[in-house]
Amino acid sequence: MAAVATQPLVDVRADFPVLQRTFDGKPVVFLDSAATAQKPVQVIDAMSAYYRTSNSNVHRGVYALAREATDLFEGARKRVAAFAGADPATTIFTGNASGAINLVAYSWGRTNLGPGDVVVVTHMEHHSNIVPWQLVCAERGARLRYLSTSETGELSLDELDEVLDGGSVKLVAVAHVSNVLGTLNPVEEIAARARTAGAVTLVDGAQAMPQMPVDIDRLGADFYAWTAHKALGPTGIGVLHGRRELLETMPPFIAGGHMISRVDLESSSWNELPWKFEAGTSPIAEAVGLGAAVDYLRAVGMDRVRAHERELTAYALERLAEVDDIRIFGPLDAERRGGVVSFAIDGIHAHDIAEICDREAVCIRAGHHCAQPLMRTLGVAATARASFHVYNSRDDVDALVSALQAARKVFEL
Amino acid sequence: MDALYRDYILEHYKNPRNFGELEPHDLDFHDHNPLCGDELGVHIVVEDGKVADLRFHGQGCAISQAAASITSEELIGMPVAEVERLGADWVIDQLGIDISPTRRKCALLSLKVMRGATTGDASWPD
Repeated sequence: MAAVATQPLVDVRADFPVLQRTFDGKPVVFLDSAATAQKPVQVIDAMSAYYRTSNSNVHRGVYALAREATDLFEGARKRVAAFAGADPATTIFTGNASGAINLVAYSWGRTNLGPGDVVVVTHMEHHSNIVPWQLVCAERGARLRYLSTSETGELSLDELDEVLDGGSVKLVAVAHVSNVLGTLNPVEEIAARARTAGAVTLVDGAQAMPQMPVDIDRLGADFYAWTAHKALGPTGIGVLHGRRELLETMPPFIAGGHMISRVDLESSSWNELPWKFEAGTSPIAEAVGLGAAVDYLRAVGMDRVRAHERELTAYALERLAEVDDIRIFGPLDAERRGGVVSFAIDGIHAHDIAEICDREAVCIRAGHHCAQPLMRTLGVAATARASFHVYNSRDDVDALVSALQAARKVFEL
Repeated sequence: MDALYRDYILEHYKNPRNFGELEPHDLDFHDHNPLCGDELGVHIVVEDGKVADLRFHGQGCAISQAAASITSEELIGMPVAEVERLGADWVIDQLGIDISPTRRKCALLSLKVMRGATTGDASWPD
C-alpha cells in the first residue's frame, strides 16, 4: 500500500463534482475535509432520486409510497449500523455529532450525574464534547476534569488511571481522532479502564469514522457519536451508537411525535429503540444520502481509506517540514494520527496563511477549530489546518507547500 | 505590490504603533473575534474630554493588527465624543485596502474595543 497516496484512491476524484471546479482558472485544491467532506455523485444522486421518486413520510403511512420511503430510511440505518459494527436498534439518527453528544449529556447525564460526581474530558476536545458537559455538570452539581495533552499532543493513560482512582468518575468523554492535532487516541484502552473503574465512555468519532475502520462492538465504548457530512454524506444527520442496556433505561431527550408508544393526558410511554430518541420527522433524504456514503466508503474499503490517509499524512508531515519557521502540532508519526495536520508559521497569522492559500485555490482552515482550550494549551490563538480524504493526492500537498512558500514571500520572511 | 498586504500594512503588522499597556488608565475594554479567537484590548487615558493616550494589546492577523496600529495614530488627540461616532467606513478608509466580507471583522475589531471602552456598546461597528 506504500504508493497508494501517489494518486487519488482508484481515481475516485471524478466522482466529486465540486472538485471539478476552478477559481480564477486554478483547479480547486480541497484540504478542509475535517470541516466537511466533499460529496460523491452517488450520494447526491441517491438523495435526488429519493425526492424525485420516493418522497413520503416514514413509519406512519399505509400506502405503498410510504412503505418505500420507510424501507429506504430503515434500510439506510441497517447499512450505517453494519458499517460501524453496531446494531440497528442502538443506532440513533440525530442532527449531527453535537446532537448525539447532547442526547447523552442530557438524557444519560441528568439521570446519572449528581453532586460530587466527575465527568472527565480532555484538553483536545472539540467544543461539542466540552460545552454539553459543562452545562449538565453545572445543572447536576457534578465536576468537570480535564486530561492534559503532552507536547506531542497525546493523552497519558497514567493520568487517566490517577483520575479514575479518585473513584467519583461517572463518564469519560474523549475524541477518537483530534480535529486539531490529528491524534489517534487509544479509545479501546480508555474504554476498558473506564469500565473497570465503573465509568461509562463516550467517544466523539466525528473525525475517525470517516477515515478508518471502526468496529463499535469491539471498541467497547458505551456511546459513540459521529456525523454524516464528514464521511462524504450530507449535512443534517448525525449518528449515536449506544449500549442497549443504557439506552433502554435512559429517558427521551427531545419529546414529540413518533417517539411515543402511547400518550395520555398526564403522561406517556415511549417507543422502542431507536425511535424513542428520534422525535419528529426524521432527516429521511439525509439518511438515504448517508446510506449511499457508507456504501461508497465500503466499496473503496475502509482499510484502503485509512492507508491512503496515513500515507498522505506522512507525506504532508515530510513536505511541511521544508517550510522555514513552521511549527507542526500533534504526533509526528503518521501511524498515531488521522488525516489532519495543524501548523503555524512564525510571523504570519493563520488567517493570513489561509487568505494567501486561497489565491491559489487551496482551501485550508484557519482559526481555533472549535477547540479554544487546546489553543491555549498550544499557546496560539489560531492554527492553520490541512485535512485529507480519499480524493486528495500528493499533488494537493505540493500545492499547499507552494502556497505556504508564497505566503512567506508576501510577508517578506 | 500585493493588493492586500501592502508595504505599510505589513510594516504596521510587524511594528505596531501604540501597542502595550497603560497604567494608570481611565478607560479599558477587552474583546475577541469569536470566529477566529483573536483577542484585542485597549487602555485609554482621557484628558479634557480627549483621548490623550492609548495602547492596544492582544494578538491577531495582519489586518486586525494593522487596523489597530494605523487607527491608533488618528485616535490619539481625538475628542471621546468623536470616537463614539466613528463607524466601519472610517476604519476601512484608514486601512486603504479592499476588505472582503470574510476579513471585515478582522478590520473592525479595534474600533469595536474602542467603542466598548468609550460607550460601553460592544456591538460590531456598522
